[in-house]
Amino acid sequence: MSGTFVGMPAFPTAARAALADTQLRHNLAHATGTIRAKRAAVVGEVEEWEELRLAGAAVKEAALRDLETHLVRLEESLTARGATVHWARDAAEANEIVARVARDHGVDEVVKVKSMATQEIGLNEALAEHGIAAWETDLAELIVQLGDDLPSHILVPAIHRNRAEVREIFLRAMGSVGRPAPADLTDEPAVLAAAAREHLREKFLRAKVAVSGANFAVAETGTLVVVESEGNGRMCLTLPEVLVSVVGIEKVVPTFADLDPLLRLLPRSSTGERMNPYTSTWTGVTPGDGPQEVHVVLLDNGRTRALADDVGRQALRCIRCSACLNACPVYERTGGHAYGSVYPGPIGAILNPLMKGTGDPQTDSLPYASSLCGACFEVCPVRIDIPEVLVHLRSKVVDGHRGDTVPKAEAVAMKAAAYAFSDSRRLGWVEKASGLAGRALTRLGRTTLPGGRSAAGRIPGPGAAAWTGARDLPAPPRESFRAWWRRTDGGRS
Amino acid sequence: MRVALMVTCVNDAMFPETGKAVVRLLRRLGVDVEFPAAQTCCAQPMVNTGYLDEAVPVVRTFVDAFAGYDAVVTPSGSCAGSARHQHGLVARRAGDPGLAAAVAETSPKVYELSEFLVDVLGVVDVGAYFPHRVTYHPTCHSLRMLGVGDRPRRLLENVRGLRLVDLPEAEQCCGFGGTFAVKNADTSVAMGADKARHVRETGAEVLVAGDNSCLMHVGGVLSRQQAGVRVVHLAEILAATEADAGGPSGHPQVGLAGEGAA
Repeated sequence: MSGTFVGMPAFPTAARAALADTQLRHNLAHATGTIRAKRAAVVGEVEEWEELRLAGAAVKEAALRDLETHLVRLEESLTARGATVHWARDAAEANEIVARVARDHGVDEVVKVKSMATQEIGLNEALAEHGIAAWETDLAELIVQLGDDLPSHILVPAIHRNRAEVREIFLRAMGSVGRPAPADLTDEPAVLAAAAREHLREKFLRAKVAVSGANFAVAETGTLVVVESEGNGRMCLTLPEVLVSVVGIEKVVPTFADLDPLLRLLPRSSTGERMNPYTSTWTGVTPGDGPQEVHVVLLDNGRTRALADDVGRQALRCIRCSACLNACPVYERTGGHAYGSVYPGPIGAILNPLMKGTGDPQTDSLPYASSLCGACFEVCPVRIDIPEVLVHLRSKVVDGHRGDTVPKAEAVAMKAAAYAFSDSRRLGWVEKASGLAGRALTRLGRTTLPGGRSAAGRIPGPGAAAWTGARDLPAPPRESFRAWWRRTDGGRS
Repeated sequence: MRVALMVTCVNDAMFPETGKAVVRLLRRLGVDVEFPAAQTCCAQPMVNTGYLDEAVPVVRTFVDAFAGYDAVVTPSGSCAGSARHQHGLVARRAGDPGLAAAVAETSPKVYELSEFLVDVLGVVDVGAYFPHRVTYHPTCHSLRMLGVGDRPRRLLENVRGLRLVDLPEAEQCCGFGGTFAVKNADTSVAMGADKARHVRETGAEVLVAGDNSCLMHVGGVLSRQQAGVRVVHLAEILAATEADAGGPSGHPQVGLAGEGAA
């Protein structure tokens, strides 16, 4: 039902369209502002928050350092407890495995727990090609699916919608895929949630096969963990006969005790709650209780590529809390669709190039979709230094173009700047030229800045036009600091 | 103590009054600051755009220019952050242990102005006078990369005549971001427009910050809006005294756009 991000333009172009959507801007500013405040309040309650962050980062780092060992251990533990483990190198393999399980049981529908891994591999679209409907049961995912829309946030995929829009989507779309919304539906959140509950209940009770992801996978016990707020996950994980979980290989943690810091960090960072309402854990098959056939698909799909990047691998610590999205001033204004991926925001700006590799114009635009303000790193519960990785990935993008026969204007400008900045005499000549330009601009300046110096209005040319389209630019001064110091002996004469 | 002024390329070429203000201020506080003429740029524009090879000769020039000083003071949180947190990365890229050693020697001696005043000189009252309603924007790199904390505010609170009003959403980025301002100009301007709105909400006459690059961006938006708010670097406010506050023409001498004599 919902579309895909295939064919999205590079970030600056997509952002321009998003920035012009006033409803979107308003919805996002309100929603991210609210979540930011909630997070700040509950994080502020924890005196040892920094120690907790360090502990969380250490757990994930230890798991990643010896990933192969822990994954094999996880497979052994799961198999011993009656689960079937599958390994998928990429999206196509993972989708095929899930489709095969569904086909083996002769079903034409599955219910889904909210899962980023299955979004990443485009599972719903792949199952649809096999004639199998995948019903999203998380409220926000349901809104996205019914609206034939794309997710714009990791935790709150319908964050770009307000309640009036949700009401309209429910009224229009629910009836075509199941129980319709009541005709007297209002946009009260409780009324909307009740309509979703009625709509979803018949799907929960009917489905034979469920598909989930997992927040964590414990190697020593073979336990998978799903953390959620609505109880839809618990329904999917317990009612159907068959459960297939698609789990990224970076979700493994060595021991059950390792869950401790992560389960404390995640809810406060994501929903701004002290504890999430539902934490479900299951370990293979429990006879007579819950799904009697359990499959686990361990997914690579670019994770080993990210792991091989010694600066970027820290991104695999990510526990998908979305705190970086909510804190990001760029995300707050453009929303998630502009990033062209199910992983938007700061973490998406590094995960996408790390997992897909650089070289594609859309992917290569993502590391530049940041002012490097550092708000993401500040809130990350597992201390991923996102600005550091962004700068690192920018250098990979630039290095990928070093062999170009016709260099980009930016590359030429940077080479010229490096030449001027490598010798102060050369910089002095540039400043002299700039002083002359300043005199010219002062004559032609559109406006006078306070203090009397002229400002340039709109100036043509790449870079200059981008700056002066909405911002004045002070005309360069007649004399640089360097020239002043030399002329006056540092102001002494 | 031998103290060098790292004026930064942006201030050198575009905002020389800020450099002159640092010189006046430090001399008033008894520091005979020197200006090593070999200095150029901290290399941040190259590093943050991904041009690491191009940054290597610039970092070499930097460490050569500032070798031998006990402290390097700069009126920029961003450039101080670049010197302290990115030069090591550039040296590793160069694969040059000599450069890495020089960076390790120089980097820790680089101080943003408010750090130098409060931590090294131990002063919060620098004897300044600036009778205006002012709001302060903590720039991202001074706030999050350096952790200057409340040092700039403490300095401003001790300026006579100055009325400091809180800026809403102060800690949110203004949207400058170096080459981000042109590579993602639409998003940058959207962020700048919100920052400018918050500045106007304060009713302040002057927006102050520790980085002229950020001020050039927000000030450019405010100027285009004819908002009636000017932007002034922290150094220029701290350098201002009762003797020069009025200035001969009645206009303050310390505006970002000011061309008045030092």
